[in-house]
Amino acid sequence: MTAIEFENISKQYRLGLVSTRTLSHDLNRWWKMNILGKEDPYLKIGEVNDRAHRGESEYVWALKDINFKVEQGDVLGIIGKNGAGKSTLLKILSKVTTPTTGTIKARGRIASLLEVGTGFHPEMTGRENIYMNGAIMGMTKAEITRKLDEIVDFSGVERYLDTPVKRYSSGMTVRLGFAIAAHLEPEILVVDEVLAVGDAEFQKKAIGKMQDVSKGEGRTVLFVSHNMGSISTLCKSGILLKNGSVSYFGNVNKCINQYISEGSQDATYFGNNFNNDVYYKQVSIINSKGVSSNTIAFNDRVGIQFELGINNYILNSTLSFTLYDSKLNAIFTSHNMLSNGSKSITAYLPTELLLAGTYYVKPILHVPNLRFLDNCDTLISFTIEDTGSEHSFYNRPDLGVINIVPQWLEN
Amino acid sequence: MGYTTVIKPKNKLFEVDLKEIWRYRDLFSMFVKRDIITQYKQTILGPAWFFIQPALTTIMYMVVFGGIAGISTDGLPQPLFYLSGIVCWQYFADCLNKTSSTFTTNQGIFGKVYFPRLIVPLSTVTSNLVRMGIQFLLFLAVYIYYLIVGASVAPNAYALLIPVLILMLAGLSLGFGIIISSMTTKYRDLTILFTFIVQLWMYATPVIYPLSTMSPKRQWIMALNPVTSILETFKYGTMGVGTFSWGMLGYSFAFMVVLLAIGIVVFNKVQRSFMDTV
Repeated sequence: MTAIEFENISKQYRLGLVSTRTLSHDLNRWWKMNILGKEDPYLKIGEVNDRAHRGESEYVWALKDINFKVEQGDVLGIIGKNGAGKSTLLKILSKVTTPTTGTIKARGRIASLLEVGTGFHPEMTGRENIYMNGAIMGMTKAEITRKLDEIVDFSGVERYLDTPVKRYSSGMTVRLGFAIAAHLEPEILVVDEVLAVGDAEFQKKAIGKMQDVSKGEGRTVLFVSHNMGSISTLCKSGILLKNGSVSYFGNVNKCINQYISEGSQDATYFGNNFNNDVYYKQVSIINSKGVSSNTIAFNDRVGIQFELGINNYILNSTLSFTLYDSKLNAIFTSHNMLSNGSKSITAYLPTELLLAGTYYVKPILHVPNLRFLDNCDTLISFTIEDTGSEHSFYNRPDLGVINIVPQWLEN
Repeated sequence: MGYTTVIKPKNKLFEVDLKEIWRYRDLFSMFVKRDIITQYKQTILGPAWFFIQPALTTIMYMVVFGGIAGISTDGLPQPLFYLSGIVCWQYFADCLNKTSSTFTTNQGIFGKVYFPRLIVPLSTVTSNLVRMGIQFLLFLAVYIYYLIVGASVAPNAYALLIPVLILMLAGLSLGFGIIISSMTTKYRDLTILFTFIVQLWMYATPVIYPLSTMSPKRQWIMALNPVTSILETFKYGTMGVGTFSWGMLGYSFAFMVVLLAIGIVVFNKVQRSFMDTV
């Protein structure tokens, strides 16, 4: 069953200062629309929201023709670069603002967690604020009283319950805020980046709670985050927004891959600091034939080839690199001290080391603990394609990163 | 199961969801409680400030208007006359000043979460009511003192109208307040203009002078101000002095009803997308 349906949702904003010349714009708009019967002169169709490029109109589409449906019980991850329209989408969904065009239809109560602890009053105690915040979120007093113990327990601020919130640490405020929100019982929960705060223990608790909410209780969750790790653990499906439009909608892992590949530079990195003492000429990923390629088969050999230039050899110059997985977790780092005259060096990874997926290399050219010799400001990406390993038989989305074959023994 | 929530660009003009406001009644009482509790937190005198403000203002008026300017008080003891005006007017002005900035002062919370926005000005008017009630006790104490002393004050049946009068003050300030706050989300000029209009408004209302000092023609112009008849009725009912007519009071009441209706419609329209322009 469909829980939420977005139909042609668009949202227009005006750039620059809102308070200047709006009266003339308003009058002009009113004149054209109501007297002349024309369309709104400030709604230009087809202008794309890209914050890096200057548009022609002062008005911009933060969202443009968003269409998708979320099934009940689904956990949908909403991802995209800053300014892609994620927050605008959530704002419309939580009724903070209205769409310019289009309709959203939903089954059940929508509660949004755009920022935890909304409406906390610093002078009021923790207990008073639980009631206050719960009521803002749409709970009744009786509902809150029934859940008070659970909320206090979850937040772990029992000792400070009768202390004004202004005496709380920021972490405690967030914990209390999340605890209240987590105990709301809406059919649809909208969450924006709350997990970025709080300590590791609390984040784990929060993720666990969100999983319970979606799995155990069959509720629909829309989750916005820049943390691909938590998106992939929590969500089943994903939607990728790009400049206000939907760029991908479907399986969450595919969605994440698309997001990362859109955002990163691929293939070969060309250096540009040719006056440094030691510098990169180029860095590329090569296969066993020595050909540069950013897609390498599972059973082929991956080489990271560095072409360096040396103007002035520095003692202890070291070339290191770190390999990252697709969620930007570091896998390992390796170092190699350079000798005077090292011009072309290739680091070969053991064959069949990495499972299928996308990986990133970050090179570091430095004199350890003293200085950096050259800076490579992009990640060099490559993809391992499964061309028939034993894993390809198991159609599971997340098998891990490293291919380790243990010794299987029958006793 | 059908769709229970539909979010669309525009609502019909008169689509005011009163049921929703009722559903959020607990939030309403929380806001009222919050306003009262937090007002005098971390002050030494605490709620005593409720009394100090009107008491000092009354003394001030007695010196300036009663003493230096020598303005008539309709034969009433000065403290009683000024205090009755101050308690009523202060309630009206407080509500007006606070509700007229509903959107701008609450944009932080309004930008994060949805609840019927009307709850906020409604709770402001209600929490100020508590404050007014306490100040009314001060008035009552002074009033009883003068009754015992035997001053020329005589309450009559019109004193029973007091709850209605208070309701009318609340309705008028709420109506004006939400209209102003809806208009100031985009054009802030009005905020500046308005704070000073409220100051002047007091002099156009019989707070420091009785309506009876005016010629009948001027009285008629004064009665166009819907607050005038409320204050006059209050003085007439409690102390038996003043100008009272059902016509004037009826006009104020009708004024309030129309104003409130316009206010709610305008506010309801603005609340949906004010975040984009505030």
